[in-house]
Amino acid sequence: MQATTVSTPAVRSTDQVAKWFHILWPPVLTFLVAIALWEGAVWLFEIPIYLLPAPSQIMATFLERPWFLLGIGMVTFSNALMGSAIGCSLGVLVAIFCVRWTFVADGLLPLAVAASAVPIIALSPLMGIWLGSVSAASKIGVIAVMTFFPTLVSVYAGLISPRADALLLMRSYAAPQRDVFLKLRMPAALPFLFNALRVCATLSMIGAVVAEFFGGPRNALGVYIKTQAGILRTREAWSAIMVACLYGLIFYLVIVLIERWVMPWKQRHSGQ
Amino acid sequence: MDTPIIEFERVSKIYQGGAGPVTALHDVTLRIAAGEFIALIGPSGCGKSTLMRLIGDLEQPSNGTVRIKAKTPDQARRDRDYGIVFQSPVLYDWRTIRKNVELPLEIMGRPKDQRRQRAMELLKLVGLGDFGDAYPHQLSGGMQQRASIARALSFAPSILLMDEPFGALDEITRERLQLELLSIWWEAEPRPTVIFVTHSIPEAVFLADRVVVMSPRPGRVQRVVEVNLARPRAFETREDPQFFALVTEVRECLRATETAG
Repeated sequence: MQATTVSTPAVRSTDQVAKWFHILWPPVLTFLVAIALWEGAVWLFEIPIYLLPAPSQIMATFLERPWFLLGIGMVTFSNALMGSAIGCSLGVLVAIFCVRWTFVADGLLPLAVAASAVPIIALSPLMGIWLGSVSAASKIGVIAVMTFFPTLVSVYAGLISPRADALLLMRSYAAPQRDVFLKLRMPAALPFLFNALRVCATLSMIGAVVAEFFGGPRNALGVYIKTQAGILRTREAWSAIMVACLYGLIFYLVIVLIERWVMPWKQRHSGQ
Repeated sequence: MDTPIIEFERVSKIYQGGAGPVTALHDVTLRIAAGEFIALIGPSGCGKSTLMRLIGDLEQPSNGTVRIKAKTPDQARRDRDYGIVFQSPVLYDWRTIRKNVELPLEIMGRPKDQRRQRAMELLKLVGLGDFGDAYPHQLSGGMQQRASIARALSFAPSILLMDEPFGALDEITRERLQLELLSIWWEAEPRPTVIFVTHSIPEAVFLADRVVVMSPRPGRVQRVVEVNLARPRAFETREDPQFFALVTEVRECLRATETAG
């Protein structure tokens, strides 16, 4: 029988550094090349600044008022965070109901699958009517609806993912329903939950910015991008888009970090 | 025979399939004594897995009665009389090997230090003493199956149900695990009754006290072959002329079921 080597922590950490370097350098290099090409093209073809500013100009514009831009980004980001917190929690809750009472699942899930495929963002103007077009509530509402359906579908799939044998094992221990849920269904659903959360992190930031195109307070990223682009202040619009990307990425990475922390068995798996 | 631990009295199992009812098991009467090692063998569709599942209350009979220690299978399951090992190890990915072995004890509410001690004891018994903190995917298939045997034995069940546990392993690992299983079973205190489903003839003869030969369509007990090879059995048992004679006997018996069917 083959012996499996379980590496010591010291060996593992240097391995990790080498591994991350190996994974990271191709995209970093590609990114830098793309930025350089963009910069070069703008100068070479003398593209007017209102059409496409160079990355260096965007960066300079950002650095003129970094705290202002990060501040309005924060307003939008907190909507994204609040909306996805509500949408994802409700998604998890309803998924649990669906497992407990299958008739709920039979009625709801086909609709939920359909709903995750439609552009919920189209609801934005209506949410504006219901909850006030300038208010944060209308943005949070759209994002909650956007993130609810994919979370529900994915977490439900996770909760019913344990195979027949795994459930029979629980039956042979005469395990109470609570244990079947807490010790089998819940942990089995974790990878599915985090897939959903990663999708929702992206979706919610898109939703937050786009929802603000339909109206919002002046100190919000979407409103700022729209008004600046409207008066052809392209550099300002781009620097705000950059901030939106930054918040989106941070949201995504935080989810990935939590995922690695919550599911150590997956981390070691990918480390092979 | 002593008082039987498992009693089948004219048991049948009929499934309602799409193409009408299918008789998986027909009129089976069988008595198994405490501490016996029983192998169930037969071609696919002979109902050997169904028979095992009826014992373990994973399915219910359509006719007849199954008695486990003079109780219903349902009661026996609630009394935690069964340890089960499936063909795949069914370890939970998110638990370390030790935590997997502790799982039944956790559900049964044993105190933490007692669980831990028992799990380590069993992992040593199955030769995985150094792998308690590993995750299942870090172990080979054979090691995973040993962990699953340790988990089944953790709460000292009186009946061990094994559904082709070595079926997915290579021949070399398989023969090695057969020998290990016998010594684990022999030394376990109290020694459990084992119901071992297999479709390997040498495996059935090597392990069992009695080989129950089953035939398909409808599934029924064809014959019960007594294996009077001395215990404890060893590597050399497989080279014993008596072993060959018994293997031949079971094989002939299985061939007879084919011509009969």
